[in-house]
Amino acid sequence: MSLPSPRFLACGDTAVTVEFGREISPELNALALGLDAALRDASVPGIVETVPTYRSLLIQFDPLTTTPEEIEAPIRALLATLESRTGARRRWKVPVVYGGEYGIDLEDVAARHAISVNELIKRHSEAVYTVAMLGFLPGFCYLAGLDPSIATPRRTDPRAVTPAGSIAIGGIQANIASLEAPSGWHLLGRTPMRPFMPSRERVFLIDAGDEVVFEPLPAERWDALDKAAAAGEWVAQEVSGG
Amino acid sequence: MAEIEILDCGAATTIQDAGRYGLQRFGVGPAGAMDRDSLAVANLLVGNEPGEAAIEFAGIGGRFRVASGEIRIALVGAEAVLSVDGQPVAPFTSVTLRAGDGFSVGPTRSGMFTVLAIAGGLDIAPQLGSRSLHMRAGIGGYQGRGLRAGNTLPLRRDAVDGDDIALIDPPLLESGPIRVVLGPQDDHFTAEGVETFLASTYTVSQQADRMGYRLSGPKIAHADGFNIVSDGIVTGAIQVPGSGEPIVLMADRQTTGGYPKIATIISADLARFAQMRPGSQVSFRAVSVQDAIAAVRSHAKRLAALRDNLRVAGTIDLSSERLLSLNLVGGWVSAAMDASEGAA
Repeated sequence: MSLPSPRFLACGDTAVTVEFGREISPELNALALGLDAALRDASVPGIVETVPTYRSLLIQFDPLTTTPEEIEAPIRALLATLESRTGARRRWKVPVVYGGEYGIDLEDVAARHAISVNELIKRHSEAVYTVAMLGFLPGFCYLAGLDPSIATPRRTDPRAVTPAGSIAIGGIQANIASLEAPSGWHLLGRTPMRPFMPSRERVFLIDAGDEVVFEPLPAERWDALDKAAAAGEWVAQEVSGG
Repeated sequence: MAEIEILDCGAATTIQDAGRYGLQRFGVGPAGAMDRDSLAVANLLVGNEPGEAAIEFAGIGGRFRVASGEIRIALVGAEAVLSVDGQPVAPFTSVTLRAGDGFSVGPTRSGMFTVLAIAGGLDIAPQLGSRSLHMRAGIGGYQGRGLRAGNTLPLRRDAVDGDDIALIDPPLLESGPIRVVLGPQDDHFTAEGVETFLASTYTVSQQADRMGYRLSGPKIAHADGFNIVSDGIVTGAIQVPGSGEPIVLMADRQTTGGYPKIATIISADLARFAQMRPGSQVSFRAVSVQDAIAAVRSHAKRLAALRDNLRVAGTIDLSSERLLSLNLVGGWVSAAMDASEGAA
């Protein structure tokens, strides 16, 4: 992949942001995730942690042991040979109950696009999403790969509270909400899966760069799966990479 | 093991250490003590590692009782008085208490945050690598939340060794503008906008808490709208939403955000900024990244060198007259606060 020349932006004396661009695009996100993976393998001294986003990678370092100049050279070396992230990704099959009390905006969104509720569920659940980034709240997943035909501008009037596990869309983005939170996105459904559960042995299930597909679930199965998830089961299935 | 019973405390009283790093990619911000310098000094006074978990108070103090065992404590940070059975303890001095003793942390008179360190530390398991409370995630702290009356805190030690310690010549906080490094999105503002930010005096508003400090003052002009595609955030980042008034993102911030960040407070000045309470005047001065790194390194050296200023308590003159003459009563915040509040 030919690289746009990324910019190195100072975040005070503890981080640099490597900015690949300013838009939401799969290509920029793939570069951010690619550099993230390459940095993890390279283990550059002094780097504390990284935060991949749609379009950039924040690289936090320890200013007592390194400097931006010292880490910039190895980062540039990795960029020179960087390929957008490929290979064996994890793919998650995430169960979702659509509509009704689980997705109170499903009918409105279907009506807005003049399609049936079933067609909306089909278009939402048949896409293969990439987890572009996690942010906002622990385990909160921002997904790229929404079918553009169902892209829907965010609500002008955000809700103060939306349930944990909400499966929502906003603009050309989709998400999995990990915790109860305010939101201006359209709620299509809800998953019993807990992307973040501190008491579970595996605290976080999904990482940036993973893939997600949704599996429509009849409402009758909610209680059993929710109970299993509350007891620490993943509920979502980890399937082989695509 | 020794235990401390909480009789009463302010609603924003929490357990905090040096923060939780490594999980920001999963959306978990670092939390941690708002004033890491005070955390380090308080821990120094009780013989702990600088980042050991302590009790952080915000404005309102609390009343405590030693339920069992023998404990040693020290209070550092904003101007507040530590009292043992009604008698004030000299600032920058540890004190040893026994089962049945009561102690209290008074209300904060100036500054924002006070840290109470306990020798040997709290016997509370770290969660995801830290004892810091992360409120939204419900992890760390005391059972995933803040401290309340009736809680009993177990300690990792039953008794303490040696003498109480005092710190001589504690460093006064620096005064003057808070230093920043411009960026990461200073190019999202007009040249006049950046000039407004650097040349103006802002006031810390009432909306100042562990998540962030909203400042009021001259509006900063964006060059091209105020929304950006979310990117990563560091503590001390100064974002400017549509209102044009800056918000400094603090320990309980989110990991990513969608407003342009005009500048970032340098690490060496972050604790000083954290102690600015609503109504304080603040101005900013831009420095280079190289200067910021030099500053944080010399700041860390000065903190580490305080080890040489420890003396056995009672062997030095800590009378109130001497402390008053040094303008040190109530901790190290007051002098700098007076300076910044007087700058209005």
